[in-house]
Amino acid sequence: MPKRPSIRYRLSFSKPRCLALAAVLLTSLVAQAQSAPRVPLISGGIGMFSSTYEGSTFMQPVIAPVLAAPLGPHLLIESRADLRGLLQQNNNIGPFHGSFTASLEYLQADYIANRHLTITAGRFLTPFGTYNERLTPIWIRNLQDAPLIFAIGTRTSGSSNGVMVRSNLYATRKISIDNTAFFSAKVSDGQFQSARAFGDRLTIYLPSKRLEMGGSFERFLQATPSEKPHRNSAGLHLWWSPWRSPLQVRAEFAHGPHAAGYWIETAYPLTQLGGANSLLGRLEPVFRMQQTFRITPQPGDGLPSADTQQADFGFDYHLPHEVRLNTSYSRTFSSTNGNIWDISLTYRFLFPAWKGAR
Amino acid sequence: MNIDSLHCIGAISLLLTASISLTAQTPSPASGKKPATIHNNPGERAFKANCSRCHYAPESLSPRITGTVVRHMRVRANLSAEDERLILHYLNP
Repeated sequence: MPKRPSIRYRLSFSKPRCLALAAVLLTSLVAQAQSAPRVPLISGGIGMFSSTYEGSTFMQPVIAPVLAAPLGPHLLIESRADLRGLLQQNNNIGPFHGSFTASLEYLQADYIANRHLTITAGRFLTPFGTYNERLTPIWIRNLQDAPLIFAIGTRTSGSSNGVMVRSNLYATRKISIDNTAFFSAKVSDGQFQSARAFGDRLTIYLPSKRLEMGGSFERFLQATPSEKPHRNSAGLHLWWSPWRSPLQVRAEFAHGPHAAGYWIETAYPLTQLGGANSLLGRLEPVFRMQQTFRITPQPGDGLPSADTQQADFGFDYHLPHEVRLNTSYSRTFSSTNGNIWDISLTYRFLFPAWKGAR
Repeated sequence: MNIDSLHCIGAISLLLTASISLTAQTPSPASGKKPATIHNNPGERAFKANCSRCHYAPESLSPRITGTVVRHMRVRANLSAEDERLILHYLNP
């Protein structure tokens, strides 16, 4: 009877087998990715932002790259990072000093289960309201600064770590209903901060009117030293872009444990004055009105410390080659009034991840 | 400038924008009908109904990544499978 090999002997054989198996799996994965009909892309924006508030100016060079890599017909890997510098003076005098921050805003795997359902796992943008998921790319937004109520429902970092179920429940030419539900675990350290929470967003869209209405809910499940767990945030949003006009109307209302507020933004690209590529047609006046109401003082929640009203007036200019110039003036009324002057230049890029045939 | 003035400016701006929009929407007697392109091309209609509410179309788009772009946006914008198909065909006929 042959001698049974020892554990050590078997382990010494299992290493090359494991390596061979891994190589086969990796090769098949790469082969699958290469034979898939879709090529990975690299996209995102590069921008330079300048903001002046009460005589103090700071500048932020930003690179926000996006990667989207399909793996076969059902799986998609997506990621976006934010690499940002901050240049400012000490006490508004002397030379500018710089610092650097990097954050991973999402790194998620999407499994497209069927024509209605997509399951997402990993780190994703918290689906509360519309601003976080749609308007945070630096090359999309009409105004440089996020709305004052942005932190309601998206705390602590705007991103969540966990599972999300996105579903297009019903879609016809007249109406589309979609729902997004998520659960997130608490991560306190490093680049992957998130809160323990769950939430849901239901949206009804009328394509024939280009009118969208929706509601969001989030339940915060973790406690902080000064707060009890299980606090709720809720929000409503409305977007309207009439078919025959370039007018855009976007509005959100949100109510959280510490504050409530709203913003209404209107933009009107002057594309009807000679077309989208004419000198005037590239100009886009923007106006936003926003207001917050403080319910309880809570330092560090990302919201204004007192009741605040703010009006933002902007002029954006869409230059050729995906370059965009945004300018705005904001007047803030709060415990102390102030003026904010913003100017930014962004460039949007989009190209295949590698060269080659389809 | 006080808060009442701010409200006035806000209201005037909104009314001005709305009036410009309504003026622009009013069809001229000569036209009298909707732009033909919106209804003739379902892909363009799907693009305008979904994508262009947030952003313009890219000035140049490699055919190699059109499928990835649309798949990426299907997930991010909760597009229906039918809209994904129409937009893909519109961007990469």
